[in-house]
Amino acid sequence: MSGEVIKSLIVPAHPHPVLCPEKNEGWQRIRDAYDEARRQIEESDADLIIIYSTLWPSVIGHQIQADPNPKWVMVDADFHDLGSIHYSLRIDSDFSHAWNKANLARGLESRTVAYEGFPVDVGSVVALELLNPNNRIPAVICSTNVYSNRAETTVLAKACQDVIKAQGKKVVAVSVMSLSNRMFTEPIEPHEDRIHSLKDDEWNQKILEFLSEGRLEDIGQLSRTIHDQIRVKKVVAFKPMWWLSAMNGNRNDLTGKVLAYEPIHGAGAAVVVLDPESNGTGDKEYDEDDVDFYGGDRNVLDSGEDDSSPSTNSGPKLYDPVEGKNTVNTNKAPKPVGAYPHARREGDLLYLSGVGPRQPGDNSIPGGPIKDSNGNPLDYDIKAQTKAVVNNIARILEEAGSSLDKVIDVTSFLVDMDRDFSGYNEVWAETLGKVGPTRTTLAIRALPTPIAVEMKVIAKV
Amino acid sequence: MAKGSIVAGCLAPHPPHLVYAENPEQNEPVSEGGWEQLRWGYERLRESLKNIDYDVIVVLSPHWQTYVGTHFIGVEKCTSKSVDPVFPNLFRFNYDLNIDVELARAIHDQAESQGMAVKMMENPDFRVDYGTIVSCHMVRPEWDKPIVSISSNRSLSYYSVEVMQEMMLELGRSTAKAIEESGKKCLLLASNSLSHRHFVTETNPPEDMSKEHIASHAMHLWDMRMIEMMRQGKSQQLIDEMPEFCEQAIAEADGGALTWLLSALDVPEQPAILHGYGTIIGTGNAIMEWPCHSWEE
Ligand SMILES: [Fe+2]
Repeated sequence: MSGEVIKSLIVPAHPHPVLCPEKNEGWQRIRDAYDEARRQIEESDADLIIIYSTLWPSVIGHQIQADPNPKWVMVDADFHDLGSIHYSLRIDSDFSHAWNKANLARGLESRTVAYEGFPVDVGSVVALELLNPNNRIPAVICSTNVYSNRAETTVLAKACQDVIKAQGKKVVAVSVMSLSNRMFTEPIEPHEDRIHSLKDDEWNQKILEFLSEGRLEDIGQLSRTIHDQIRVKKVVAFKPMWWLSAMNGNRNDLTGKVLAYEPIHGAGAAVVVLDPESNGTGDKEYDEDDVDFYGGDRNVLDSGEDDSSPSTNSGPKLYDPVEGKNTVNTNKAPKPVGAYPHARREGDLLYLSGVGPRQPGDNSIPGGPIKDSNGNPLDYDIKAQTKAVVNNIARILEEAGSSLDKVIDVTSFLVDMDRDFSGYNEVWAETLGKVGPTRTTLAIRALPTPIAVEMKVIAKV
Repeated sequence: MAKGSIVAGCLAPHPPHLVYAENPEQNEPVSEGGWEQLRWGYERLRESLKNIDYDVIVVLSPHWQTYVGTHFIGVEKCTSKSVDPVFPNLFRFNYDLNIDVELARAIHDQAESQGMAVKMMENPDFRVDYGTIVSCHMVRPEWDKPIVSISSNRSLSYYSVEVMQEMMLELGRSTAKAIEESGKKCLLLASNSLSHRHFVTETNPPEDMSKEHIASHAMHLWDMRMIEMMRQGKSQQLIDEMPEFCEQAIAEADGGALTWLLSALDVPEQPAILHGYGTIIGTGNAIMEWPCHSWEE
């Protein structure tokens, strides 16, 4: 059973196709297209719908809905006079938790939410109401981080892919969004509806032309331009195409079909279906950084005290990892401090050299070094360091074709057991603790670089 | 009928952390406190308002975002649970509040007569936004005054800070006029933070004050500049500098609440009282009061 994205959809967010399609022929055509997309899902072997919601902004990383049955009454902030939508959704909370874990393993800030009365956003409610009536199959909903860039959004999709593969899910990936999102700023009568401006209309047509040719990645790469041209600068930029393209392996040869394109209160509403079958035109190169792990703006809580504190501490000399038979090395893990490889494979076992929290590239230490270059002790964050260790381990395992869930045995070294054990243990519980390898934790006097924790790992390939 | 009046205008920021830290019975999560500088600031504001008689709280919150004009809640009794979609771990508040629909409609009608796009919100299922609830709770935890809840029109998103301010200046004038004609005494709240760059990580527990600080020095400088202007009664200068402030400090005043308030107070040259300043996950927040009652005495 291999998991994969078997269909992708771009659908509009406004409540009109649910609440009053009959008031305007265009809204009815959007509704009909939604119904057609629903039929296609029903005829497929899809067993999960994943929504990336542009109408659910988040600040603390990404949030994933994990309440198995969120229910409430949704009223649109603008179109409250059209009526209310009572929703009761079926969420695959196992998948949500696994995605959250995969996000953390790839260096993202992430959390699940499961609270009675949580206001599921209008876009997700509308999409699930129309694509998945009666909760025929379960769904998962993820927020859009207001500060996330393309790298972070791409890593989010890759973490999602990790879980799709691990769980063998057949997934419909859905971006709920308008194309041009400029609405009329005054009330209009339904029959007066049209795309807000000719320019918006022309850009929408161009986007749809690309999508009907299956060129999703090109739209991803154009998204900043599109955002400048036809998007009102709300908190969430034109990010869903980044996510959707990464969910499809950043391809340009998908099979695309535009089922409808109409105005809703001036904004560009379209229903587009993208299937993974190649349309035969040959793929094009993916020319942006293909990021696997996120290493961005994460330690902001600690950086305020003193930005000049030595995060890249002069420590011992660094070596290129030793190459040899059965060795596994990657530039996504920190350079060794001696002549040894990152890992070595013997049979179907992988033996990793001791892994610390240093970051590949700039050699910085998440959570800060434990002392400055003069040997004066510094305050540091053991949890951030431990998280970084686990991320480094994940990268080395990934390079070897393995993954965190195949770790068998871990020996951990702490330089200050009294101070750090509980923080280290907490991160362990959230990460490797969920996998369940055997573990031994030792207190030692020092490590070669100014770090507080290191782990020695044995895993299966 | 005696003329209505604005008894005071306040800048009343609404991060849900403040209500979370207070542990009122209406809020589900439980905290060990935190953000005391701001909560003591609200305490001083409440003390300052204690002997002032008023009928209604009029609040404009950037968390009811409308794109099609400015909206007013037109349902007399609102009872539900407000869950913050961004910080649901901190804010799940069971509210039961009364709306002064009569005054809301009066402001609506006055603004409409001045050519503004306005709309009454009459759907009984509508949930009141958390910004409105937090500001009102921190100012008046007794919940014994009816509220007028005004949405934040996102004209800034469509046009510019300048256009947003033109609209908010008009809305402020319409608010003041409708209040005067209503015969009611009103407390006005602009519900927003100042600089608005958040941390993207959260401490455990969220109220760990050892990690709380302003997001950057530039944000601090902007906050202090704005507070000084308010303290010196330089409202017009503040309005003039709003475009730069919004752009450079990602200020939450972009929702229009502060401009609306200053306009309703007739762009006051009287100094505002600073009751407190503090940061919340990196954003800058000031509690300010323009005590109009004393100007008249
Ligand atoms: Fe806010």
